Amino acid sequence: MAIDRSVVEKAAGLARIALTPEEVERFTGQLSVVLTAVERLKDVDTEKVSPTASVLPVSNVMREDEIRPGLTREEALANAPKGGRDGEFFRVQQVLEERP
Amino acid sequence: MTELPRSIREAAELLRTRKASAVELADLALARSHADRHNAWLHLSDDHAGAQARAADARLAAGDAPLLTGIPWACKDIIGTKGIPTTAGSRILEGYIPAYSATVVDRLDAQGAVMIGKTNLDEFAMGSSNENSAFGPVKNPWRADRVPGGSSGGSAVAVAAGEVLFSLGTDTGGSIRQPAALTGAVGMKPTYGRVPRWGVVAFASSLDQVGPFANTVEDVAIVCEAIFGKDPQDATMVTDFPNDDLRRDLDKGVKGMRLGVPKEYFSVKGMEPGVERAVRDALKVLEKEGAKLEEVSLSLTDHGLAVYYIIQPAEASSNLARYDGIRYGLRVEGPSLLETYRRTRGKGFGPEVKRRMILGTYALSAGYYDAYYVKAQKVRTLIKDEYDRVFEKVDALVTPTSPTVAFPIGAKVNDPLSMYLNDIFTLPVNISGLPGISVPCGLSEGLPVGLQIIANSYQERTMFRVAAAYERATPHHLERPKEKAA
Repeated sequence: MAIDRSVVEKAAGLARIALTPEEVERFTGQLSVVLTAVERLKDVDTEKVSPTASVLPVSNVMREDEIRPGLTREEALANAPKGGRDGEFFRVQQVLEERP
Repeated sequence: MTELPRSIREAAELLRTRKASAVELADLALARSHADRHNAWLHLSDDHAGAQARAADARLAAGDAPLLTGIPWACKDIIGTKGIPTTAGSRILEGYIPAYSATVVDRLDAQGAVMIGKTNLDEFAMGSSNENSAFGPVKNPWRADRVPGGSSGGSAVAVAAGEVLFSLGTDTGGSIRQPAALTGAVGMKPTYGRVPRWGVVAFASSLDQVGPFANTVEDVAIVCEAIFGKDPQDATMVTDFPNDDLRRDLDKGVKGMRLGVPKEYFSVKGMEPGVERAVRDALKVLEKEGAKLEEVSLSLTDHGLAVYYIIQPAEASSNLARYDGIRYGLRVEGPSLLETYRRTRGKGFGPEVKRRMILGTYALSAGYYDAYYVKAQKVRTLIKDEYDRVFEKVDALVTPTSPTVAFPIGAKVNDPLSMYLNDIFTLPVNISGLPGISVPCGLSEGLPVGLQIIANSYQERTMFRVAAAYERATPHHLERPKEKAA
């Protein structure tokens, strides 16, 4: 299926990816080709077929619920991005706004 | 010593007869890897390798060291290594240093194997040519203007160019077998659920599996014995499957075995005549060795690509949501948190990753989920059923690994669909969760061709048996690129 720029822009928005106008243009053409190619699945009769999410015949793999050591705070913070750490915390931007 | 031994088996013998030490082997591997001109490496860990080699020598001196003790190896840079940078080939993880190692790395450490460094790959393992790495393409040691295949291109080249004795890669749609084929190495993807994925950067979780590259089938089996088996940290593994002796049937030969030849694997568009010829010759060799060849039909082969290019980007778009610039990796700050996410991901991801994120997000979005994602999952069921039925009649399948030999760098970068077609013979194996191996079966246009052997789930031993019989009957695994690293 051929798609237009708005489809790419919308999906990129949902995926939280900023694109340049050139990228939008290029991806629109390339993804149209890919989506056209995958369209042939319509020809396969799947009326009575159930979907496969995993080929493994397992479900609910259980283990003992025991306390084990995890990462220390310092280990967890060690890879914080530049400007992304404030003492013992990750620094994030404000997400709640004051009521006007 | 200027070249590494030809196999793990040979190296282990040298170490046990004191003709070489682990430190000597590690120094040689490091020297060759530092001299590598194929851009196979992203990080060489001299100090770490030196310490592991010294410990290996002490263990060898004390006796009862496992077979992999003192053997130099290379790790695809999508597999986490404690204290050693792990980038997944992406700018978004540049500088990231894991706080723990993947279980497969821990297991090789426990064997006394010596990790030389981390190898180049397509960003987040998305690619079939290794041109999608944020740190530059890997070049094929057989011809510098050709790709090595992907996504585990660096791990394939490190083995093919004689820089290490084995390596680990990951295979989501062919990312071990296809580069093995294009560089003349042996490369293998295990049954889904046999190898722990704890500590491995997730790409498409219902398809991803870790597996080895090496010079011989036996070496690949040796590495599999070290990394197979249940890990309590990984809930997506087969429970209580016996971790059997994978090398037991290597010498049994193929006499009386029924080998299936899927006719659809020989009728695809773009199949090179030289590749078909090499594979047909290999079939004759197996027949001469006593196997019974049977033509079989896998009528949905053509649909595998469509199923794969919905399920894989869909799962990836979900897995890669974690790269948000908050806890690790790159952060590009914007005026709001949302804008920080968008800019971080826009800057940090390369074009192929962005394409797949967008495709996957689209396939999962409201209104399209049933038409794309669920439909693909249903056809996946049919593809798996078809393999199940075929394995009622034959012991293993023998096919080409890739329709072409190594293609020129740059030839397919702007044409995603033609790039995706490289994996047409390998990705149905991931869709169905089966084990598959690629072994060298000669040259076409002076470049290596791979023969793929596929077995039923958990039948690695049968797969190795066929591959080893072919290897013994032909000299192809001994062919090496002339343009060497040293």
